[in-house]
Amino acid sequence: MTTADYERNMVLATDTDYKVIGTRPVRHDGADKVTGRAIYGADFDAAGLLHGKILRSPHAHAKIISIDTSKAEKLDGVKAVVTSKDFPQSESRKDQWLKDNILASDKALYAGQAIAGVAASNPHVAESALGLIEVEYEVLPPVLTTQEAMASNASILHDSLTTEELGEDTGVVSNVASHSQHVKGDISKGFEDADVIIEREYNTKTVHQGYIEPHNATALWSPDGRLHVWCSTQGSFVVRDSLAELLDLPVSMVRVTPTEIGGGFGGKIPIYVEPVAALLSRKTGAPVKIVMSRRETFEASGPTPGSQIKIKIGAKHDGTLTAAYAWMAMEAGAYPGSPVGAAVQCVFSTYDVENSTIDGFDVVVNKPKTAAYRAPGAPNAAFGAEQAINELAEKLGMDPIELRLKNVAKEGTRRPDGPVFGKIGAKEVLEAMRDHPHYQSDKAEGTGRGVSIGFWFNIGFDSACNIAVNKDGSVNLTEGSTDIGGSRTSIAMHAAEVLGIPVEDVRPSVVDTDTIGFTAVTGGSRTTFATGWAAYEAAQDVKKQCIERAAKIWDVDANGLQMEDGVISSKSDSELRMTFKELAEQLSDTGGGISGSASVNPSGVGGSFAGNIADVSVDPETGKTTVERFTCVQDVGKAIHPSYVEGQMQGGSVQGIGWALNEEYFMNDEGTMTNSSLLDYRMPTSLDLPMIDTVIVEVANPGHPFGVRGVGEANIVPPTPTIANAIYDATGKRMTQLPMSPGAILSVSPE
Amino acid sequence: MPAKTYVQTTINGEHVDFLCEPRQSLLECLRDEIGLTGTKEGCNDGNCGACTVNIDGRIVTSCLVLGVEAEGADIETIEGVADGSNLHPLQLAFLENAALQCGICTPGFIISSKALLEQNPNPSEHEIRFWLANNLCRCTGYDKIVRAVQDAAKRLQEA
Ligand code: FES
Ligand code: FES
Repeated sequence: MTTADYERNMVLATDTDYKVIGTRPVRHDGADKVTGRAIYGADFDAAGLLHGKILRSPHAHAKIISIDTSKAEKLDGVKAVVTSKDFPQSESRKDQWLKDNILASDKALYAGQAIAGVAASNPHVAESALGLIEVEYEVLPPVLTTQEAMASNASILHDSLTTEELGEDTGVVSNVASHSQHVKGDISKGFEDADVIIEREYNTKTVHQGYIEPHNATALWSPDGRLHVWCSTQGSFVVRDSLAELLDLPVSMVRVTPTEIGGGFGGKIPIYVEPVAALLSRKTGAPVKIVMSRRETFEASGPTPGSQIKIKIGAKHDGTLTAAYAWMAMEAGAYPGSPVGAAVQCVFSTYDVENSTIDGFDVVVNKPKTAAYRAPGAPNAAFGAEQAINELAEKLGMDPIELRLKNVAKEGTRRPDGPVFGKIGAKEVLEAMRDHPHYQSDKAEGTGRGVSIGFWFNIGFDSACNIAVNKDGSVNLTEGSTDIGGSRTSIAMHAAEVLGIPVEDVRPSVVDTDTIGFTAVTGGSRTTFATGWAAYEAAQDVKKQCIERAAKIWDVDANGLQMEDGVISSKSDSELRMTFKELAEQLSDTGGGISGSASVNPSGVGGSFAGNIADVSVDPETGKTTVERFTCVQDVGKAIHPSYVEGQMQGGSVQGIGWALNEEYFMNDEGTMTNSSLLDYRMPTSLDLPMIDTVIVEVANPGHPFGVRGVGEANIVPPTPTIANAIYDATGKRMTQLPMSPGAILSVSPE
Repeated sequence: MPAKTYVQTTINGEHVDFLCEPRQSLLECLRDEIGLTGTKEGCNDGNCGACTVNIDGRIVTSCLVLGVEAEGADIETIEGVADGSNLHPLQLAFLENAALQCGICTPGFIISSKALLEQNPNPSEHEIRFWLANNLCRCTGYDKIVRAVQDAAKRLQEA
């Protein structure tokens, strides 16, 4: 099969009866972004702006004995210095941990942890001042992996951290923050019933989201007591609420204006520099801007964890899975909260297995506190589980996609962690993979082929939207989801569809926390789903008012009117007809303007499945893997804007390919990252990749008016096992460690 | 504070002079002294390409050029790519092919691609990928960027 024989980007659409949904308009913020006019966080300027820099711990684990800032304060041009002492008193241990991750108090728990902040008239002066701050440390041995951290003689990070065992505090001080367990059926019986059992351990390294724009924030603490922050964030309300909590302010005293954001992938949910800029602004009375360097972004934001995963699965000769067991320990970083809880929800969720047990361990280590990264935890889990499924297929002599189809989860299947699936598209994704020209084609000479599938549950949460009608028949739409990949357009498309107007007539704006109702983060694949839904509801509100207004103008009963394709008309009298635009012109003369609003917290979240087919070649001399061909298939429910849906699938796939082949934090024995630059932390370039072919599968989510599931995350789950399975097919080597770098591949022998 | 140097340049066809400290990069001068924030900083050490500008016909990462080195230079930044209110075919192609998600890498990609198409009006996929390997994009997986450049090449040839 040559590339010309099939469409490289297919949409297997279920419902095409829409005017706007499913089309591919140019995004509303596009012109600003291709001309350099869009204002991202670091571009923000304010009169009298000061520049902040942050002193960071060179040690991965150390007691802080003293911090002397007096010399720095005296440097010409320095306006203020802050340390953890400038925070209000903490009420709880958890509260103190949050603060310590912003500015450490008694202990530094990772190399790069913030110790003090300086504001100066220019960034170079602030930088020089950092060198004048004297910190005395008592260096302690670092703990860098889950294996080290869980060892009985491990150096302890937190004297106050006791292990929670299955929900109960054990009172035992250790680096294990918690152990959770999910049991379904009887695992021993399941393995007794199995004819074939596969069992292995897998290990993965810390990796970073790698957004191109470093973290940034500008804060102005006004003399009236209100704090205003402008920053690149995935959630302006999260920033507002976290700042209020850390600084002991009511939320109404904090206003956050989200700027344009240069990527996040989960990493721009937590706050880092925002509170430091705020404290510096309070001390100086001036606006203070802090922009992280790339090195700081690697060493002091929140990567996704290294992990240790043991998988054991059993099946009958006919391929029926009888038992699945997972033991997963994930690095939380310096403070509790790894994504192991999410990994547990995903590891075996593609399959209907009668007997399963999943143990999850949240383990603190001397690395930056982990943050979300696109389906957090799920890719680590899938790297193990989906290789095991392929191994099983090989042992059983079955096609790996057919084995998956035989056991696939459907509507009504109970997940190993409890919830029962509603309507899902796992089967449809596997079928689309099986039938794809890529899978049907012969492999090229010397290449190996791999497949796998991954699951992410997606989230709903709060979203708000306001829509005001302009007299020219356009509408202004305001919403609170920061737009990282074209979401303001997909949200506007919801409103345009309802109102029957072109999407160009909807003017969407992402506004600040004073201007819109509470809206949760851009994350969890929720933005188009939930904020789109809010736009749908707000547009319905406008539509209803339009019909009522027309009824008033015509002096008829509103129940006899309808609004379709942007035209309000009577169901019985064909004379009574008026376009939305004609009505808009008259609003002011017929009772005043119309605006609609909605706040939603939708419960009908539909999980998403994504699968890959990949062909790779492995250079036998160097061990270098080249991805020759790559196909991503995903059930997105309904693609609102298919181009941006494909973009999510392609972007997630490529992040997964980078994770599979190259990306890792190299830590030296002292616990310092030795590759904190974009040269040495090797993310994929255009030259490393083929085109990424996509198949959009649409199994409509009954929990959304247009069937949306959310697309942002599931696509990063299958690439690591897919590539591992392809490498095995090409070389006979089972890769149980990420990344599968050239050296790693050369060090493994074929099975 | 170090003494400032007076630097005269041409930026996007206009004569621009500015004062800068010897330690300031051209990137910093463009953004903080001249107010052209379309050129982005992703790494400040030459490895992401977000700060790419064209100096005297060559694309360079402006974070690795000192402001004082720009004396006499003819510089093109993203702000100079459109012809007034008419977008350049590359800009149109990026929009219509959805070749940006967050958009932070886009100015660098457009400056780089423009230089490519000026030298090689009909590049192959491999030539595009090779040329753009200096520019990192973490959002798109490059597929739609490569297509946008192919599309722009077609538009420019038809024009
Ligand atoms: S900022 Fe210049 S190359 Fe990254
Ligand atoms: S679009 Fe976000 S880095 Fe390229």
